[in-house]
Amino acid sequence: MLENLLNIGVRAAFVENMALAYFLGMCSFLAVSKRLETAQGLGLAVIFVLTVTVPLNNLIYQYILAPGALAWLSPAFADVDLRFLRFLAFIGAIAATVQIVEMTLDKYAPKLYAALGVFLPLIAVNCAILGGSLFMVQRDYTFPESIAFGFGAGFGFFLAVVALASIREKLRYSNIPPGLRGLGITFITTGLMAIGFMGFMGIQL
Amino acid sequence: MQFLRNILDRQARAFRKGGRLERFYPLFEAADTFFFTPARVTKSAPHVRDGLDIKRLMTLVVIALIPTIVMAFYNTGLQANKAIAEGAPPLDQWQTAVMEWLGLGFTPDSILSCAVHGGLFFVPMLLVTYIAGGMAEVLFSIVRRHEVNEGFFVTGMLFPLILPPTAPLWQVALGVLFGVIVGKEIFGGTGMNFLNPALTGRAFLFFAYPATFSGDRVWIAAKTWEAPDAVAGATWLAKASEEGQEAVTNGVTWWEAFIGFIPGSMGETSMLACLLGGILLWITWTGSWRIMVGVVLGSFVMVSLLNLVGSDTNPMFAMPWHWHIVLGGFAFATVYMATDPVSAAFTNPGRWVYGFLIGVLGILIRVINPGFPEGWLLAILFMNMFAPYIDTFVKARNIKRRQAGYAT
Repeated sequence: MLENLLNIGVRAAFVENMALAYFLGMCSFLAVSKRLETAQGLGLAVIFVLTVTVPLNNLIYQYILAPGALAWLSPAFADVDLRFLRFLAFIGAIAATVQIVEMTLDKYAPKLYAALGVFLPLIAVNCAILGGSLFMVQRDYTFPESIAFGFGAGFGFFLAVVALASIREKLRYSNIPPGLRGLGITFITTGLMAIGFMGFMGIQL
Repeated sequence: MQFLRNILDRQARAFRKGGRLERFYPLFEAADTFFFTPARVTKSAPHVRDGLDIKRLMTLVVIALIPTIVMAFYNTGLQANKAIAEGAPPLDQWQTAVMEWLGLGFTPDSILSCAVHGGLFFVPMLLVTYIAGGMAEVLFSIVRRHEVNEGFFVTGMLFPLILPPTAPLWQVALGVLFGVIVGKEIFGGTGMNFLNPALTGRAFLFFAYPATFSGDRVWIAAKTWEAPDAVAGATWLAKASEEGQEAVTNGVTWWEAFIGFIPGSMGETSMLACLLGGILLWITWTGSWRIMVGVVLGSFVMVSLLNLVGSDTNPMFAMPWHWHIVLGGFAFATVYMATDPVSAAFTNPGRWVYGFLIGVLGILIRVINPGFPEGWLLAILFMNMFAPYIDTFVKARNIKRRQAGYAT
């Protein structure tokens, strides 16, 4: 059991890295990696939100959306299939969670709130977050598995974004051809980093 | 020498600003500083002067590579000749025709035959690497007006050493072009890249042409798969992961593997050669000993851990540490690849961490990833990406310490 959870977490972080294997969440990945500090903030926020929303959406899927999931309400609903609502439901759940979490943090943990700052609302609509929930459905994760997956995927995104940010800070002293400066070299850097992450491809724990 | 100086001085005017050949100044500068220490005088602070510039530093690395180059000549031929003596037909390539024309025979006992046969595979690859990569380097330096740096001198020497002997030359050219252009030049040239250019090119080839850069058929320059009594062409590392440690211990002695008479990438097989080079890099302070020791420590810890954990299905878990370090590319990667000063961590504590994690990851990929028999290439590329991040922790700690010092 524990081994299985560890396996899912490690795979999500390294083998199936959200940013560098699936290239999800590229917008914030590229835009918020100019400075290391903000990248760390974004990475922490992604870990946090994924760890919360993937299990939450797992519950929503298991008890509301999956075919026959509403049977616990009444046997009459046994053949209701609400899967066509899953994008809407997942996004809604993510946005609502992020808002509630943000308000709670603002009230009770202002320090953490200040650290995550603008990134919490920013990543509410990030495709890596929605992708996490959709992968969870596609792979039939149970509730504990989805916690491990959410945390692992978030941690992988964190690693990727801080590595990119620290590389970009180093590249500030490089003599990059004018036409490639800015986003161009960042795209190439991302591609080269993806090669580095390919070392984990195929690992079976 | 004065004679040479005179020639260069006479040509110098044409290459200076406003001269006829101004565009080609990088080429002149390269030739000039290759022979003589630059006579340039610093005009403003800082006036730090050191005879050891990039050129001398890189030349030292190439000198440290000599033992592995010797092994590349001898061992590539030895492995091919051994396989041929055991019944594997030679390859249908021009190398075989040249060997027959020379009349040296394919005898594993003759040092000359082995060295020539190996050289016929190694030298063309080296030439292709230098010509293709050198052209890209010179083109960039002329257009972008920076100097031709000796960094490429080392990259071009390292690159053929980490290739299998049967690699097609056009793929070699493609690989080194990728490594030099995408891995280095688009970031501005030597010192400004974040990945090791030689490894970038190797990784590109590995993923783009898996058939010619991995598997059981590429490591020995003979048709091992057509031999009457199964002469296996697999490396011992591949055998260890398929048939277990027993097969290795029965097939090859530890000393043979240590000296490097085993199939593999041309320059990587010999731990002895890498050890000699490593000692030179260490005593001349060219390569960071912290990184080298870090890699050794990291791999030791990881191997011990895996030995303790054990596994019923994966025989690699049981391989002892003293075998891990003599097989595959461990020694070469530790000494020459991990210590690349540009892509490694810059701070001393950072270097320990960087090296240690390379050791851990390299063993991890080697043992638990069935997709790749060898892990150092990808472990080093992976840690190249995190080297700047490791440095930020050290920097933050240093700043804190100094602030504390001011406060009191």
